[in-house]
Amino acid sequence: MIPVCRLEDLPAGESIRLDLEPPIAVFNADGELYAVDDTCTHQDASLSEGWLEGCLVECPLHAASFDLRTGRPTCLPARKPVRTHPVSVLDGTVWVHVETGQAAPQPQTATATQGSAA
Amino acid sequence: MRTITVIGASLAGLHTALALRAEGYEGRLVIVGEEHHRPYDRPPLSKEFLTGALTAEKLSLADAEEIAELDADWLLGTRAEGLDPPAGSVTLAGGRTLATDGVVIATGATPRTLPGEPLEGVHTLRTLDDAAALREDLSRGQVRVVVIGAGFIGAEVASSCATLGHNVTVVEAADAPLLPQLGARMAAFCADLHTDHGVTLLTGTGVRGLHADGVPGSGQGGRVGWVELADGRFLPADVVLVGIGARPATDWLTGSGLALDDGVVCDAGGVTALPGVVAVGDVARTAGRRAEHWTSAMESAAVAARNLLAGATVQTYTALPYFWSDQYGIRIQLAGHRGPHDTVRLVEGAPEDRSFLAVYERDGTTTAVLAANRPRPFTRARRELTREGGLAAV
Repeated sequence: MIPVCRLEDLPAGESIRLDLEPPIAVFNADGELYAVDDTCTHQDASLSEGWLEGCLVECPLHAASFDLRTGRPTCLPARKPVRTHPVSVLDGTVWVHVETGQAAPQPQTATATQGSAA
Repeated sequence: MRTITVIGASLAGLHTALALRAEGYEGRLVIVGEEHHRPYDRPPLSKEFLTGALTAEKLSLADAEEIAELDADWLLGTRAEGLDPPAGSVTLAGGRTLATDGVVIATGATPRTLPGEPLEGVHTLRTLDDAAALREDLSRGQVRVVVIGAGFIGAEVASSCATLGHNVTVVEAADAPLLPQLGARMAAFCADLHTDHGVTLLTGTGVRGLHADGVPGSGQGGRVGWVELADGRFLPADVVLVGIGARPATDWLTGSGLALDDGVVCDAGGVTALPGVVAVGDVARTAGRRAEHWTSAMESAAVAARNLLAGATVQTYTALPYFWSDQYGIRIQLAGHRGPHDTVRLVEGAPEDRSFLAVYERDGTTTAVLAANRPRPFTRARRELTREGGLAAV
């Protein structure tokens, strides 16, 4: 498990990018937390900078949309899903469960992409 | 329809073919492509492909499974040379004809070139083969690159060449890069991006000609050595990239009966005046506008496919124009219809910080939004602009 941030630092509508290999984006979609691979499966763009609407995130470059619950693309140009990762909150800290084989975490480099309350 | 022929095997042609199948078309589907390659993505050619960060395999627009599912007959490396709509036939290079009920014209655009004898080391950039040739030419150690035209292709190639450590000069006939697209203030921002990265930008001067290495004006072929500017200067050059725009690839349609006017004239649904013929992508002049934008090429394909199968315009494509450009690590995004007299207003950030969101306005109404390295605010503004009905035709 990798610590993401304090829950209060990830308010609804916000996202955080974890600088892992590959990077992971963690979203607060109206109170539900989701984590997916950050890089759009279509081209090199960061989904953590995407537009969040319900549990869909729209890629900021070509407007491919992914369902955060399943990782599946809901429209072109993306055709392949992003991987999803379980998220949990323990004692007010958000954790993401990443399968083994991932690089060591660098949580201090996690950056809220937009007006975080941090 | 029993046979539909798609002429052009790139983004728009592929997506029209995919949409035809998605709409339930089960007849014969023929895809004719002048290039030998299966459909691939062009935007990275001036960027990641040129710098070596992406290989050709990574550019593919459809994997083997998707190609198989499409169930199309591919005629690659085959140039279409004529269209005879009343006869329902397409003429291919070599004189072969194809009988077809429906035609999708997706032949794209061809880069403009400078007059004069072809010289080695002078490139345009449109196709994968173009990009591979340029990349090869850039792989012989540090060279002097002259980029003619500071539009998006020129700027991206200049950026990639700077990344590769070459000595780069950009020549632009206008007083600043992208002046017609962005206006003076934002054009100045784009000019700064070049000079920030050690690229020499020469504006306000056109190019008179290219000369072979050796005595300028000797008129002999060979390898390029000099770029002669309209103001009389000679720039030494080992490699030249000519990025002065493209013209729609419609020459093969002369005599077809289709209206041609800077593109294949069609309505907002991609439907031409001839039955069973639609046009998509860069070659299409749709409702009076021709765009060379990736997103509209892809999205409008589904609309044209539907209309082709319906035999009439049952749907139109109305999305705002949108494009992006990656230069010197800065992602520039623009959406909307900017008019030549629109004013620009910064909403957040600052050009000096290389990160900002700005809006173009006319009579108090937003006409377009521009961002540099501000993807999420840009998406928000783009959505608002779309919701507001984004503007009225210029």
